[in-house]
Amino acid sequence: MDDLAVRCDGLEKRYGDVVAVAGLSLHVQRGECFGLLGPNGAGKTTTIEILEGLIAADAGDVQILGLRWASNEQELRQRLGIHLQETQLSEKLTVEEMLRLFRSFYRGGRPVGELLQVVELEGKRRSRVGTLSGGQKQRLSLACALAGNPDLLFLDEPTTGLDPQSRRQLWEVLGRYRAGGGTILLTTHYMDEAQTLCDRVAIVDQGRLIALDSPQALIAARAEPKVVVHQGTLEDVFMSLTGRTLRDE
Amino acid sequence: MSSVDRGGAHHPLVELTLTRLREFVREPEALFWTFVFPIVMTIVMAMAFPSRGAQAVPVGIAGGDAGAGMRATLSNSPGIVVRDIPSGGEQRALREGEVHLIVVPTDPPTYRFDLARIESRTARLVVDDALKRAVGRTDPWVAHEQPVAVPGSRYIDWLIPGMVAMGIMSNGMWGVGFSIVQARMRKLLKRMVASPMRKREYLLAQLLARLLFLLPEVAVPIAFGVLAFGMPVNGSLAAIAVVTLIGALAFGAIGLLIGSRAKTFEAVSGLMNMAMLPMWLLSGVFFSASNFPDAVQPAIQALPLTALVDALRAVVLEGATLTAVRAELVGLALWTAVPFALALRIFRWR
Ligand SMILES: Nc1ncnc2c1ncn2[C@@H]1O[C@H](COP(=O)(O)OP(=O)(O)O)[C@@H](O)[C@H]1O
Ligand SMILES: [Mg+2]
Repeated sequence: MDDLAVRCDGLEKRYGDVVAVAGLSLHVQRGECFGLLGPNGAGKTTTIEILEGLIAADAGDVQILGLRWASNEQELRQRLGIHLQETQLSEKLTVEEMLRLFRSFYRGGRPVGELLQVVELEGKRRSRVGTLSGGQKQRLSLACALAGNPDLLFLDEPTTGLDPQSRRQLWEVLGRYRAGGGTILLTTHYMDEAQTLCDRVAIVDQGRLIALDSPQALIAARAEPKVVVHQGTLEDVFMSLTGRTLRDE
Repeated sequence: MSSVDRGGAHHPLVELTLTRLREFVREPEALFWTFVFPIVMTIVMAMAFPSRGAQAVPVGIAGGDAGAGMRATLSNSPGIVVRDIPSGGEQRALREGEVHLIVVPTDPPTYRFDLARIESRTARLVVDDALKRAVGRTDPWVAHEQPVAVPGSRYIDWLIPGMVAMGIMSNGMWGVGFSIVQARMRKLLKRMVASPMRKREYLLAQLLARLLFLLPEVAVPIAFGVLAFGMPVNGSLAAIAVVTLIGALAFGAIGLLIGSRAKTFEAVSGLMNMAMLPMWLLSGVFFSASNFPDAVQPAIQALPLTALVDALRAVVLEGATLTAVRAELVGLALWTAVPFALALRIFRWR
């Protein structure tokens, strides 16, 4: 059995003249938290949605948990948890109803009540989704992704737009999932998020891999410390690699 | 299926159907359009087209004082109301339906009316009869008249089943099509196909949810018709249930097809109106479809709303059995199966 959670080689995807992904290869170990880091338009969403079996690649090979989308779609869907960048859940449903719907799609996993505890939303059980704060909505979406007790979690910008406290709350949920042996592949353009959560990060720009290592190693090798006492950040790494900042949109 | 652990959730088909039901009942506007609007519409239609038999025929007299004698004669005749038409206003009065015929007091009198209008031809007979009798015409005999009020023959009785059918059409098409486009726009569809949800079950749930709304949707206007207007219900309730159920499935499936690719509300609204407009006009909800020329009849009969309207009227008003309306039911079943299969094929999940 393949010990890799994600194996993709030579991934390519273009939209007309735009090359969204230009020959990307990524290997994610089981149990690892792997970050896909890059500015807007770098190709993060396209890449992760190819891995999720939602977009067909123009070229390249993808294996998830040792399986291929073409031959094992139903099994993969049962074993993956997916959070998309732009989904808005049904505003008219209550938190519990929404989660129960997603839970019904899976053959196994935790009961709905327990899932609500995991994401700290028991108190909001009967609230309408439309009344939740941004952070609570993201945690509900995460609970939906966790509904089938997935071996691998794909998260596309799970904390974009959240206040620092909500982000930290979400990180704690992810920490507990990893402690249970789960694998995470997430995209982000927050440096501190990658530094806090990820064992390894791949920095991508214009659909290309430009660096791949642990956050510490990348910082040690690339960042020129701004102040002598300050060690430098992934932001500095990106700067030194591309001459741009990560968030110059 | 009981061996599957769903952590307190029901079968996905049940959960998906419940989801759709909840979204619907928590949308006050949707409730208004489904339950209140048809009743308001029926009342308005009943006021605009009261029973014809008891109505007096409005007749105009042109020519000012010269028409005084005829005016008196006609005014005294039962079933005629006379309206003075100012000179130059004749065209308008006829066009607006203010009068059905204009009498010009020449000798013999001149009738001005539109031969193509059935009301005008009736007015001609009534006026001619009254004027000739006034100058001493003797009839060879006078027939016995036996006024019979046939229950179910009034316009309102005829209209209500048509309104119910039209409600099934618009609620089915909008209810299914619109909610799908909304889910697509919110990327909720994409999120659901990223999960192990079965696509067929999602689509099926949209139809099932429609069937659950059906009972109040059909029962409320029919009960209203019975209580407020004394509309007869001659067919069995089971037959009504079967006809409306198959009708609801057909229009749900058509709604599914219309919503299968649209990415904006504008796009889906345009498609909906394009599909519904011909049926509003041609399927005989407000006036009989047999008014249209023979050449277009096959097309009109093939429309799903025509089938539903005809079957429902036959069952409610004439007490027809399901066997008697089997042609319509087969038509509706085809309108269910083909759009559903097509929708499943071309559906855009992202
Ligand atoms: N459906 C699409 N049609 C056309 N261009 C697209 C589409 N999706 C993404 N792109 C383009 O591909 C590039 C990568 O986009 P994306 O993967 O969304 O980047 P990221 O998630 O890193 O912000 C961008 O230039 C974007 O405009
Ligand atoms: Mg993105």
